[in-house]
Amino acid sequence: MCLALPMKLLSRSGDWGIGEIGGVRRQVMLTLTPEANVGQYVIVHTGYAIEILDEDEAERTMDLLDKIGAMES
Amino acid sequence: MSAGSAYRNPHLMRKVANEIKRLRIDRPIRLMEVCGGHTEAIYRFALRDLLPDWIELTSGPGCPVCVTPNGFIDHAVALARLSGVTIATFGDLVRVPGSTQSLAQIRARGGDVRVFYSPMDALYWTRQHPERTVVFLGIGFETTACTIAAVVQECARDGPANFRMLSALKTMPCALAALLSAPDVHIDGLILPGHVTTVTGMADFQFIAHRFAVPCVVSGFEPLDLMETILMLCRQINEGRAKVENQYLRVVRSEGNLHAQKAISRVFKSCDMEWRGFGSISLSGLSLADEFSYLDATHIQVEVEPIREHPGCRCGEVLRGVCRPDDCALFATACTPEEPCGACMVSSEGACAAVYHFAPVADER
Amino acid sequence: MRRLIRDLFLRYFDSPELAKLADAALLTSNGSRMAFTTDSYVVKPLEFPGGDIGRLCICGTVNDLAVMGAWPQYLSIGLIIEEGLDLRLLERIVASAADTANLAGVKIVTGDTKVVTRGECDGLFINTAGIGACPLGRGLSEQPIEPGDAILVSGTLGDHGVAILNARASLGLDAAVVSDCAPLNGLIAHLLHGPPTVKWMRDPTRGGAASVLIELVDSQSFGVLIREEDIPVKAEVLAVCEILGFDPLHLASEGKVVIVAKGEDARMALQLLKQHPLGRDAAIIGEVTSDGAGAVRLQTASGGMRRLLRPTGELLPRIC
Repeated sequence: MCLALPMKLLSRSGDWGIGEIGGVRRQVMLTLTPEANVGQYVIVHTGYAIEILDEDEAERTMDLLDKIGAMES
Repeated sequence: MSAGSAYRNPHLMRKVANEIKRLRIDRPIRLMEVCGGHTEAIYRFALRDLLPDWIELTSGPGCPVCVTPNGFIDHAVALARLSGVTIATFGDLVRVPGSTQSLAQIRARGGDVRVFYSPMDALYWTRQHPERTVVFLGIGFETTACTIAAVVQECARDGPANFRMLSALKTMPCALAALLSAPDVHIDGLILPGHVTTVTGMADFQFIAHRFAVPCVVSGFEPLDLMETILMLCRQINEGRAKVENQYLRVVRSEGNLHAQKAISRVFKSCDMEWRGFGSISLSGLSLADEFSYLDATHIQVEVEPIREHPGCRCGEVLRGVCRPDDCALFATACTPEEPCGACMVSSEGACAAVYHFAPVADER
Repeated sequence: MRRLIRDLFLRYFDSPELAKLADAALLTSNGSRMAFTTDSYVVKPLEFPGGDIGRLCICGTVNDLAVMGAWPQYLSIGLIIEEGLDLRLLERIVASAADTANLAGVKIVTGDTKVVTRGECDGLFINTAGIGACPLGRGLSEQPIEPGDAILVSGTLGDHGVAILNARASLGLDAAVVSDCAPLNGLIAHLLHGPPTVKWMRDPTRGGAASVLIELVDSQSFGVLIREEDIPVKAEVLAVCEILGFDPLHLASEGKVVIVAKGEDARMALQLLKQHPLGRDAAIIGEVTSDGAGAVRLQTASGGMRRLLRPTGELLPRIC
């Protein structure tokens, strides 16, 4: 519960598209993320995209983690 | 974006670990994760190595395979014996022991059991084999329920007529309420499942903070996600707060995925469901809604053997977090990953398998 | 299966050489030292990216001899053919086996064929047995393995396992991963003709590198520590493993070797491996340790330490 990975959407055709991670491609169903665009990263569980990755948030998370420990107490 | 390597940076991991240690909480605290994916990540990345002694990480009922009682496997095995029936399943279920047999064992005796990565792949296969009745084993939590719901809708729209589903799908909030209400359970903080909340949103889990005053953080699955989550939980505990916070901001939206929620509410209805270790929890399961009930595999006439637990198996107590896997007499003796007695030992997601794999090596520590 | 071997076969087939359960038996006949091995091939599908059962059945047996420090010379081949097998497919496989034997410099000198009724074997099963002369180059050192010895691999791990998984269309993955199936006697000869002291070798086939390392430390007074960030794995192999929930250390390689060399010779051994076309991606991945006796420990890329165990049963993709 619940192995899901970010895959880059390389193409889409209606309800499905091709997702890619580390050079590996798989058909991905987009029924649950109809607004996903080519070029975005989608979180894929059992062949279905269940959410679109928010890349701005991802960057914010990394920035925050980077700052941890920078201010010595 | 690579396979999460930024979230595995050892330097950042140590920084977060030091920040946790700086909090100097003066009593032992117990944090529970309730997601098999988190159990597996904690073991795989050896996170306990980085945490101070006063944090105990324990596993709860987060592995949908582990919390499903033997009866489901027995039902699937009985169906597999019928000629003309193909069992389509996720890989996780194949080696799980039932009352007398696993699906792997019935396959060795001629049962047609096939593994699929996606329920859509199973549907495609079913279309190519009209001569078989294909029963898809629906196991998982909300994350998997929405994908199966999408497939059921596709089947209802375009066929085929030979597809059926047997559901052991479960929902988390009621189970967590049952867990937190149990008298022998003591938890200081909850690591909430990141992909279940991707689907459900955060509202369904607010009751944990309000009713039980237990701090919760929704966590991603990379090691850095879990470390940040543990830091956020420790900060809440230190400050005497109890809120539901979101660490997995890049994926989880507070309202969740509305399309996925709609699919689940159209295709399924809530029902009472048996959970290993908890008995029946009301409204914690999903069964097919009336409109789709013709796809329910329970309509297939079959005799299922009486349910029997393996004597000495303590999976139920392990799943409540009240018994450590290595407290079970069968652990690593009669029950090993190679020859499991109970579900918790079968995959590396199960708490027993995780402890078995992580057992400190002799001479260490 | 290990229990079957231990409790049934070893009980009846009572020989000290067999009891060692090495990749090949080391024997002396009329004063000549030689190695002898056998293996059966049941791979499905019969043809896969980067090879087929014909190539595999030669490489597997050649490699089992080479890792024991023997120069592979002669092979036998026994085929069990399912009635109705496409003859063009059979010819492709036989041609592939012949090409691979030529490449490896071995001769197939005896063989057997059986045809069984449709449904009684999965298309084609092959058994090959091989003999070779010892030593290959300077051979394997008799010095015991000890703490400080280096663990090396000759290249990327898990390629064959993923190529096979991929060829089984039911997983729907499209990855440009080909099997690394190759005869290793040339690479190993290059290493063993050189100065480094090489104490032990195995090819990480079924069960992957994890299984051979666990075999190395079993019941020993030493342990092994390997570092995740030093282990060469192709990006596509890692990605397939992430998607399906597998560990690349549990997946088969059919053209790689895991080596234990004397500590001070590690860099030299690495250099020799890299000089050979099959060893370009070679790496030092860890060392033999005095602590953690009998266990294989993995230092994770994120800084933790965990124990490596054998894969359990059939490798199945997870959802959870």
